[in-house]
Amino acid sequence: MGLLNFVKKTMGGEVKHAQVATEKKVEATKEIKPVTNKIKIGHVHMSGCTGCLVSLADNNLGLIKILDDYADLVYCLTLADVRHIPEMDVALVEGSVCIQDHESVEDIKETRKKSKIVVALGSCASYGNITRFSRGGQHNQPQHESFLPIGDLINVDVYIPGCPPSPELIRNVAVMAYLLLKGNEDQKALAGKYLKPLMDLAKRGTTGCFCDLMNDVINQGLCMGCGTCAASCPVRAITLEFGKPQGERDLCIKCGSCYGACPRSFFNLDVIPEFENINEIIAGALKEGESDD
Amino acid sequence: MIEDPYLGKYVTCVSARSTDKEILKKAQDGGIATTLMVYALEQGIIDGTIVAGEGDKPWQPKPEVAMTREDILKARGTRYSISPQISWLKEATRSFGLDKVGITGVCCQMQAVRKAQLYPINMRDVPGKVAFTVGLFCMENFPYKSMQSIVEDHAAQSLGSVKKMEITKGKFWVYTERGNVATVPLKATHKYEQPGCHVCLDYVSNLADISTGSVGSPDGWSTVFIRTKVGNEIWSKAVAAGLFETKPIEEVKPGLDLLRKLAKEKIDKNQKTVEERKTFGVNKGLRNPYA
Repeated sequence: MGLLNFVKKTMGGEVKHAQVATEKKVEATKEIKPVTNKIKIGHVHMSGCTGCLVSLADNNLGLIKILDDYADLVYCLTLADVRHIPEMDVALVEGSVCIQDHESVEDIKETRKKSKIVVALGSCASYGNITRFSRGGQHNQPQHESFLPIGDLINVDVYIPGCPPSPELIRNVAVMAYLLLKGNEDQKALAGKYLKPLMDLAKRGTTGCFCDLMNDVINQGLCMGCGTCAASCPVRAITLEFGKPQGERDLCIKCGSCYGACPRSFFNLDVIPEFENINEIIAGALKEGESDD
Repeated sequence: MIEDPYLGKYVTCVSARSTDKEILKKAQDGGIATTLMVYALEQGIIDGTIVAGEGDKPWQPKPEVAMTREDILKARGTRYSISPQISWLKEATRSFGLDKVGITGVCCQMQAVRKAQLYPINMRDVPGKVAFTVGLFCMENFPYKSMQSIVEDHAAQSLGSVKKMEITKGKFWVYTERGNVATVPLKATHKYEQPGCHVCLDYVSNLADISTGSVGSPDGWSTVFIRTKVGNEIWSKAVAAGLFETKPIEEVKPGLDLLRKLAKEKIDKNQKTVEERKTFGVNKGLRNPYA
């Protein structure tokens, strides 16, 4: 923190938030034309494996572009030197909350208080996922046995299911969140339409399972045997027998990916048929050249 | 770009037939999908493609990742049962190591691909690696046992002896190796349809790069919609390379009118089903995937 702030101060920049790209701060030229219209994004680490954060980082140059032009990473225990949860536009929360860990509970409440949009990043934050199977009893905190998805403690705005969530979906949500908060009327409308099904998933509940496919797709007479569920399952628990999904329910880690991915869980006719345009918008937003680099 | 409420967005529509005699020998109609995928593979536009290959039982389709012309050719012709093409979509980019994936499939599978690209839930690497999609016209599909009932019980033919099946002119046609031709009126086959097909609002694979099917074109020819920039580029090159004979769709019989009529029939009927589901119970409805 000290060095980073020092560099910023000597360059005349206002000390606002420590950023991830520390190596850039030594290049004095970077601050000549600061991008002022960014949104503030934070990564809040609850009980998760950091795989979600790695997925975020796996956007590679796309992430650099996002951090250059669209978002400041104002909080991220792994990548940025900020100790306390600051005010954020978008909080990406990874992991579930251990309710026996006082600090975690306080942190998730603080996150809700200080964030405009809370995103459950990945399946642990959304549905509990593998942490559902915790029974505690491990050193050095054997009493830490109960883990809840963040939606059981606070209101969550957007779900990004997946174990890990795909880099591309994190990227899409980041770009859309920027358009929603800083864009013109058309861009806001598009971002609202795009994010709606992920907001609906957040309203739907905090449990995810292969059973969702049975209850809400197959039992509802909606399955047409496309196989998407099998492709999305991170543990290959789903096979298709005579064209219909069969889940090895003992293998299911409760990540909820199959249901979210299924084209018959949600299929928004005002967005997906526009795939060509939207792909171009996102590719355009991440195009090299317009940034200061 | 033309926008039709029933036929979707498209750049052009033509009637076409492959010039590849080997492909045509076993093709369902004009051999469009097979020829396009073979061309894309040979040009390096794709590294491999997901096709509906031969399953373990007679006429059972099985999704496969084809990486050679021979493998793609094995998937020629229509098998009227469920082939979960998308189950290989992520694996194609992983175990198979494909950077440019081709996908052939029906309307709902094209929808699945586009959803996976825009909302890639646990679909890492998929959005950027879908290189080319060919969609097929599709009215409905049948579970394997349904197809078996139609062929063996209604048409009274042994599945193992069947050379080709076809749905056209209001009938389900079964052609056997020994030259027998049996038909079943579609009125009798409706009850065997897969229920999930009854909420489908797409007949001509609106979301594919190129979509194709027999309806609208003369026997042995296919109607082809070129829909996206990717599709347009590949189609133009393939036609320039002499892979297809083409005719303007306006000059062939029965033409777009029949296609539009059938598309309207399917979509209106299914839209009605979606509506009726809302009041299926007593003050309780069934789930609407489009809401």
